Amino acid sequence: MASYTVAYEKSKSFFEAYERKAELQHQTHYCPGCGHGIVHKLIANAIDELGIQDRTILITPVGCSVFAYYYFDTGNIQSAHGRAAAVATAVKRARPDSIVLSYQGDGDLAAIGSAEILHAANRGEGITVIFINNAIYGMTGGQVAPTTLLGQKTTTTPFGRSEWNEGYPLKVAELLASLEAPVYIERVGLGNNKQIMQAGRAVRRAIENQVRGLGFSLVEVLSPCPTIWKLDPVDAQRRVREEMPKTFPLGVFRDRTKEAAARPRPPAPPPIAEIPRILSVANGLPRTKAESQRSTIQVDLRVKIAGFGGQGVLMLGEVLAEAGLDAGLEVSWLPSYGPEMRSGTSNCHVRLASRPIDSPLVSRPNALLALNEPSLDKFLTSVEAGGWVLYNGAALPDGCARADVHTISENFTQLADELGDSRAGNMVMLGALLEATGMLSGDSIRTALERLVKSQRWLEIDRQALGRGREVARRGGFHAS
Amino acid sequence: MRKQLTKGNEAIVKSAILAGCRTFYGYPITPASEIAEAAALYMPQAGGVFLQAESEVAAINMLYGAAAAGVRCMTASSGPGISLMQEGISYLAGAELPCVIADIMRGGPGLGNIAPEQGDYHQVVKGGGHGNYRTIVLAPDSVQEMAGLTALAFDLADEYRNPVVVLADGYIGQMMEPVEFPPASAPRPAPGWAVQGTAEARRNLITSIYLEPDGLEAHVRKLDAKYRQAEEREVRAEAWRTEDAEIVLVGYGIVARVLKAVVEQARACGLAVGLLRPITLYPFPSGELQRLSRRARMFLVVELSNGQLWEDVRLAVEGRTPVELYTRVGGNVPSAEEVLAVLWGKARPLAEREELVHG
Amino acid sequence: MSHDRSKPDRGRVELNSEECKGCGLCVEACPPKVLRLAGHLNRYGYHPVTCFTHGCTGCGICFFVCPEPGAIIVLRATALEAETLYA
Repeated sequence: MASYTVAYEKSKSFFEAYERKAELQHQTHYCPGCGHGIVHKLIANAIDELGIQDRTILITPVGCSVFAYYYFDTGNIQSAHGRAAAVATAVKRARPDSIVLSYQGDGDLAAIGSAEILHAANRGEGITVIFINNAIYGMTGGQVAPTTLLGQKTTTTPFGRSEWNEGYPLKVAELLASLEAPVYIERVGLGNNKQIMQAGRAVRRAIENQVRGLGFSLVEVLSPCPTIWKLDPVDAQRRVREEMPKTFPLGVFRDRTKEAAARPRPPAPPPIAEIPRILSVANGLPRTKAESQRSTIQVDLRVKIAGFGGQGVLMLGEVLAEAGLDAGLEVSWLPSYGPEMRSGTSNCHVRLASRPIDSPLVSRPNALLALNEPSLDKFLTSVEAGGWVLYNGAALPDGCARADVHTISENFTQLADELGDSRAGNMVMLGALLEATGMLSGDSIRTALERLVKSQRWLEIDRQALGRGREVARRGGFHAS
Repeated sequence: MRKQLTKGNEAIVKSAILAGCRTFYGYPITPASEIAEAAALYMPQAGGVFLQAESEVAAINMLYGAAAAGVRCMTASSGPGISLMQEGISYLAGAELPCVIADIMRGGPGLGNIAPEQGDYHQVVKGGGHGNYRTIVLAPDSVQEMAGLTALAFDLADEYRNPVVVLADGYIGQMMEPVEFPPASAPRPAPGWAVQGTAEARRNLITSIYLEPDGLEAHVRKLDAKYRQAEEREVRAEAWRTEDAEIVLVGYGIVARVLKAVVEQARACGLAVGLLRPITLYPFPSGELQRLSRRARMFLVVELSNGQLWEDVRLAVEGRTPVELYTRVGGNVPSAEEVLAVLWGKARPLAEREELVHG
Repeated sequence: MSHDRSKPDRGRVELNSEECKGCGLCVEACPPKVLRLAGHLNRYGYHPVTCFTHGCTGCGICFFVCPEPGAIIVLRATALEAETLYA
C-alpha cells in the first residue's frame, strides 16, 4: 500500500469550526459555486505562507462577504457599507505592524465607497485591497452595480444596462492605476483553474507588498455569482472566463513592487514630558508676579472693538485680554465671526473684570473702540453712560455726539502712518484707552505684546504706537493718575 | 499654575493630546476648522496621526478603524458635517467603540450660516443616526470647560465604550479665555477587546451586525443597560443661585453665560431667579430639574434652537411647573437685557398672582 | 482516460460530503476526470462530489476551484514531493 501525505487542506488561517455562525458551522454561507469562497481560500493560503496570521486584520464590507469574519481566524473588523478603505486607513496607521486586508465587493467599493477607495489609493495607504467584481449586487438580490456589463439585465435594469441611463461599466483597476501612489494593481479572474492559480499569485503578491512595507496594492477579482446570474456554477465560471474580460481585461495595471520604496515609518513619539512644551502649554510654570498679586481695585471693563477687517480689531482685543490676564484679572475675548463678518466688518468683545465673568458677550460696553464710522454708528448708542468712546477720526460725525460719555476722536490710523505703518493704528488707540482709563500697568501691556507679537520690528512699532496713543490722551486732557 | 489665553477650539485639541489622544481624522468646516488646524499642527509633533479625510463620512469611519484598533481618537465638525457622520456614529455605538466628536454648532438647516446656533441639539442628543443608541453629550460653556470636558469625554468614551460628543456653539469655539491645562498623560494601552494585529488580540472581532433577532435584541438591551448606568452616574449640571429660586432659567453653552448675567440683573431687580445649566445633555439632568420644580414657579428655557432643549425640560418637569421658552436662531444670540425683558414679561403675571417680587 | 490500474494512484482526495454544496466546479476542473456528483443527496439537499474511479494525480486543482475551505483535502503519495502551485 502506498502511503499518502496531505498536499492541500483547509488553511490554518480559517477557523476549524465557524462558531460565529448560528448554524451549519462547518460550511460557508455562500451559494454553491460562489467566487467569494475561492478568494477566501487564496487569501488564507497567502496568510499561511507568509506566516502573518497573528498580524492580519481583515476589514469586511457590507455585501455577501459581510460575514467573512465567520471564517478567518485573524483580527476582524466589520465596517459600514463602502467605508472599508477609510476604516483600513486608520487601522493601518494605528497599528503599522499589522497586515490590513480590506475585502470589498463591487457595490461596496465601486459605488457607495468610490470616494473612500479613490482617496485611500491616492494616499498610497499601506494596505491590501481585495476587490470582488461580480458585476451585480448579490446580497440585496441582484440590482445593478457600477460594474454591471452593458446590456446585462438586473432587477433594477430590467431592460438591460444602458450606457445612456447607468453609464458604462466602471473599470476600477484602470481608474486607480491612473493615480501616482499605488504600488500594485492587477485584475484577475476565477474563470478556470489557471485563472484561479494566477489570482492566488496576485493575492499573495498584494499581501506580500504590505509585509515588505510598500504602499497600496489592489487585486480586482472577476468572480462568479451563479445564483443571481441564474446560471449553474460551471456556466457562471465560463461567463467569467469568456464574457467578463471583454469589458474587464485581465492583467497587471501597475507594478512598482521592485522599485517602490517602503512607506516611511512614523517617527518615535516624543517623551510625555515634552508634550506641554510642544503644545505651548505652560503647566508647571508658576503664576507671574502680577497674576498672583490680584488687584484689589474693582474692575469691570466691557469693551467693544469694531472696524474693518485688516484694521487689527481682533489683535487689539487680544493684547487687551492678555494684558488683563497678566494683571491678574478675569478676561474674555470673543470675536463676532458671524453675520457681522459678512460686510467685511470685524468686531470683538473683550471683558476684563476682578470678578468671574458671566457673559463674554458685551451688549452694554463701557468702552467702545470704533475704528471706522459704520462701527461708531452701529454701537454708539449701546455704550453705557459714563463710558468711553474712542473714534478713529478727527471728530465725531454730525449727529453722533453723546454728552454722557467720554469721547476721544483722533485720526489714529494717520498717527500710525507717521510711525511707519498704518496697521499700528489699533495700538495707538489702545495706548489712548490705557492712558485715559488708567487701566493696566505698562508691564502687563509689554508682557502681552511679547507673548503675541513675534517679530522684533513689529514689537518696536507697537511700543511706539502705544506711546503715541498715550500722548494723544494726555494732550486731550485725559489722564487717569 | 499659569493660565493661558486660549481659543475654545484650540483648547479642545491641546486637552485631547494631554489626555493621551494621538489620532485625529477630520474635515474642515466653519466654525470648527481651528480644531482640525490645531490637530494638524500638534498631532504629528506629539507622535500622533492627523489626516484631513476626503469627507466627514470618511473621517468618522476612520475613527471607527482607529477606535477598533484600540487608540484614543477624535474628530470635529459642525452641523452639516455631523449630519454626514451620523451613520458612522451609529456604527460606532453599535460596535461599542469609544471616540470623541466635537460639534461646534452653526446655523441651519441646510447650509444655513456659520454663526452660532444650537440647532444640532436633536441630532446630537437624541442620537441622529439609525437604531437604538445614545451618545453621551457634554456641553461646555467656557474655554476652561472645552478643555476639561474634552478630557472627561475621553474617559467616559472608554468607560462606556461609546462615542461621546462635546457639543458647543460657534461662540464657545471661537472665543478666548484663560485656561489652566492639566499635566500630560501618556496614551493609555489598547483595551483587551481591540483588534491590534497581535497573537493575543487575534480572536477579537469588532462588528455591529447581529443577524438573529434574539442576538440583536440582547445586544440592544446591553447597550440600554449601559445608558441606564450613565443616567445614574454621569449626570452633570451647574445650579447657579437656585437655592431660593422661584424662576429657574435653563440654558447651556454660550446661552448659559448670558443667563448668568441675567440672574445677576434680575436679582438686582428683586426677582428670585436662578440658572440650571445642563453640562451633560445626555444623560439629561432631569432629576435636578424635578427637584427644582418643587420650589420653582416657572422655568424659562432659553436656547439658540427652536424649542429642542425645551422638550427635554418639559419631559423632566412632567407638567408640575410651567416651562416657558425664549429662542433666538439664525446666528443671533440674545443679550442679557433682552432676556431680562422677556423674563419680566413672563414673570409679571405670575408675580401679580403669587407675589413673586420681593422688596 | 488511460490509467494503469496495477499501480497505486499518485494522489488521493478526501471529500467531506457534508461540506460540499454540489456546485460541480471540481468535477469540471479535474484533469483525470475522477470526480462526479453523487446520485444521492447529502443532509442539505445537495448532490455531493465523489471520487468514483482511480487515476487521481494529487494535482490540487479541485482544492483550489472549490469554494469551500474544508470540503476537499488532497493527498499525494509520499514519494512525490509536495510542491506549491505558485512555484
